[in-house]
Amino acid sequence: MDMKEIFSRLNKVFRDVFDDDTITVNPKTTANDIEDWDSLEHITLISAVEREFKMKFRMGEIASMKNVGEMAQIIAKRAK
Amino acid sequence: MTELEYPFDTEYIMKKRKSIKKTLMADGTKRLKKRIAVLGGSTTNDIVVYLELFLLNHGIEAEFYQSEYARYWQDAMFPGEELLNFKPDIVFIHTTNRNITNFPVPSDSMEAVDGLLNEEYTKFEQMWQKITETHHCPIIQNNFEMPYYRIMGNRDCSDYRGRSNFVTRLNERFYEYARKTEGFYINDINFISASYGLKEWSNPSYWNMYKYAMCVEAIPEFSFNLANIIKSVFGRNKKALALDLDNTLWGGVVGDDGVDGIQIGQETGVSQSYYEFQTYIKSLKALGIILTVCSKNDHENAIAGLNHPEGALKPDDFIIIKANWENKDRNIAEIASELNIFTDAIVFVDDNPAERAIVQAQLPGVCAPVMDSVENYITTLDRSGYFEVTNFSEDDLKRNSMYKANAERRAQQASFADYTEYLLSLNMTAVIDDFIPIYLQRITQLTNKSNQFNVTTKRYTPTEMEEVFESGDYIRLYGKLIDKFGDNGVVSVVIGHKNGDALDIDLWIMSCRVLKRDMELAMLDRLVERCREQGITTIKGYYYPTAKNGMVRDLFERFGFAKLSEDADGNTVWTLDTASYEIQNHVIKVEDNSSIQQ
Repeated sequence: MDMKEIFSRLNKVFRDVFDDDTITVNPKTTANDIEDWDSLEHITLISAVEREFKMKFRMGEIASMKNVGEMAQIIAKRAK
Repeated sequence: MTELEYPFDTEYIMKKRKSIKKTLMADGTKRLKKRIAVLGGSTTNDIVVYLELFLLNHGIEAEFYQSEYARYWQDAMFPGEELLNFKPDIVFIHTTNRNITNFPVPSDSMEAVDGLLNEEYTKFEQMWQKITETHHCPIIQNNFEMPYYRIMGNRDCSDYRGRSNFVTRLNERFYEYARKTEGFYINDINFISASYGLKEWSNPSYWNMYKYAMCVEAIPEFSFNLANIIKSVFGRNKKALALDLDNTLWGGVVGDDGVDGIQIGQETGVSQSYYEFQTYIKSLKALGIILTVCSKNDHENAIAGLNHPEGALKPDDFIIIKANWENKDRNIAEIASELNIFTDAIVFVDDNPAERAIVQAQLPGVCAPVMDSVENYITTLDRSGYFEVTNFSEDDLKRNSMYKANAERRAQQASFADYTEYLLSLNMTAVIDDFIPIYLQRITQLTNKSNQFNVTTKRYTPTEMEEVFESGDYIRLYGKLIDKFGDNGVVSVVIGHKNGDALDIDLWIMSCRVLKRDMELAMLDRLVERCREQGITTIKGYYYPTAKNGMVRDLFERFGFAKLSEDADGNTVWTLDTASYEIQNHVIKVEDNSSIQQ
């Protein structure tokens, strides 16, 4: 799966979870860029991304991801 | 909203929770407003998010208080200003086996483990009592799910040192308290976690990362189950089933295949599945759920099918059988009006998606679960929680026979020329008097179920009713009606609070199964009598209109009250002078509590 497809699918998940169609994520996007993205919504987001790409993040990965770009890197390695 | 009905698509709900909430809030439904305090032993935020959605779908708009993380015990024992001012209508304690402080260890003696058990249990019981004293409201308490690992392997469940055994014993102590305590309900997460899959449910990463005691994907299911208890406590249960026949209660089409050709009984796997489903429906009847048939069939064929010797259900099990070629929505509307209930109290069970769609389009509020294949029928109906039992009274046991007797009464009514003559022929006797303990549960239940004959639509929790019962500031009446066809049980309740030499009526309700029997007049006669005895000269009645209580808009006027005021919303206030009042009931013989064997 190429990065373009990953980002287009990620974008859909973000828009659903935050119920905001103006969101466009890029590799540099962090929680600071999206108003509703707090630690509680983060849980929902992770689980929605996991379902979208039919993969699971490892505990250590969730803790260390710094931005959407790093999230996409992990997805690229393991997504189905 | 069908998206929130069982079996719902968890993934969809999780993704669309925000837009679902917006849609529900904007649909114009008038909802009950309730305040729910959630005292958590782990993270509760998502639990509340989904609980809110499911409750909105049940017609309840909830406001929530949530403890600071894991502060459930402190909040219960030493409630702060915020919680006290919140004045919860219900308190939910969300604890799980992660909150058990001391599990036994292999070196413990049996006495030591008994001690641990007592210690854990006492902590909870103290908390429940404190909550009851402080907030006077119902409590919902999780039981404990099984631990996800077993140190002793299979022996863990039976050995007193095993954690599984410890959890089982602790749960049993909780149930003991639930059995003897009104207004205390167990949220059975032991069942829900097992049904979901304990291994997935208990995935420790959710605890270790987010302090959720279950996996995030299981939360909608958890909240759905919890919402069922809450809506049941607040009187939002369904009352009746309207059941299709062909391919719903048996396999095949009786009109085409003949009675011998339908699949029901012990012959094949399919016929056994239908038999099992019929048995399930029959058990619902025993709980007081009203059974009716709504089928496109010739009447004779329907009856022949129900008389199949291998079937568990018989024609006699149904209060109403509508087997004809009319549209089903019309039949269901007629069933509702014959039973004197609203269509939204009916669950329509039909294997045909087209029929379900028509009924739901024509009669909003009727639930029509997806019945896709016979092996799923029981689970779908059961898990939907339409009839979630939070209170179970004598009356529930007798409900079906009472509705049957009503049908007989209707048949007889036709043979009388004069309605009064008919009423007299019923040989009615009523007991109308102050509340007595054996009926308190039924009285409370009635206040939460009556929507139509209900002037104020005030609801009482068991604890609130207990307070009314014990206070000297009220005049209370319950009415029980018996006639030659049977005992209708407690069917009417009036509560008024004394205000100098006046009585303000807080509640006047009557079950619709005794409409047009002059029971309300008998109640009024007794109320005036009690007022006079206590020196009360004026009775003030209040009517607050809702979508459902139009039938009592002019109740006080019919009683002979004079209208004092009416505001722009149609709320009216009425007054009656007790001195000049004359007895109005002439068809019911009225007795008092001394006629009841207690």
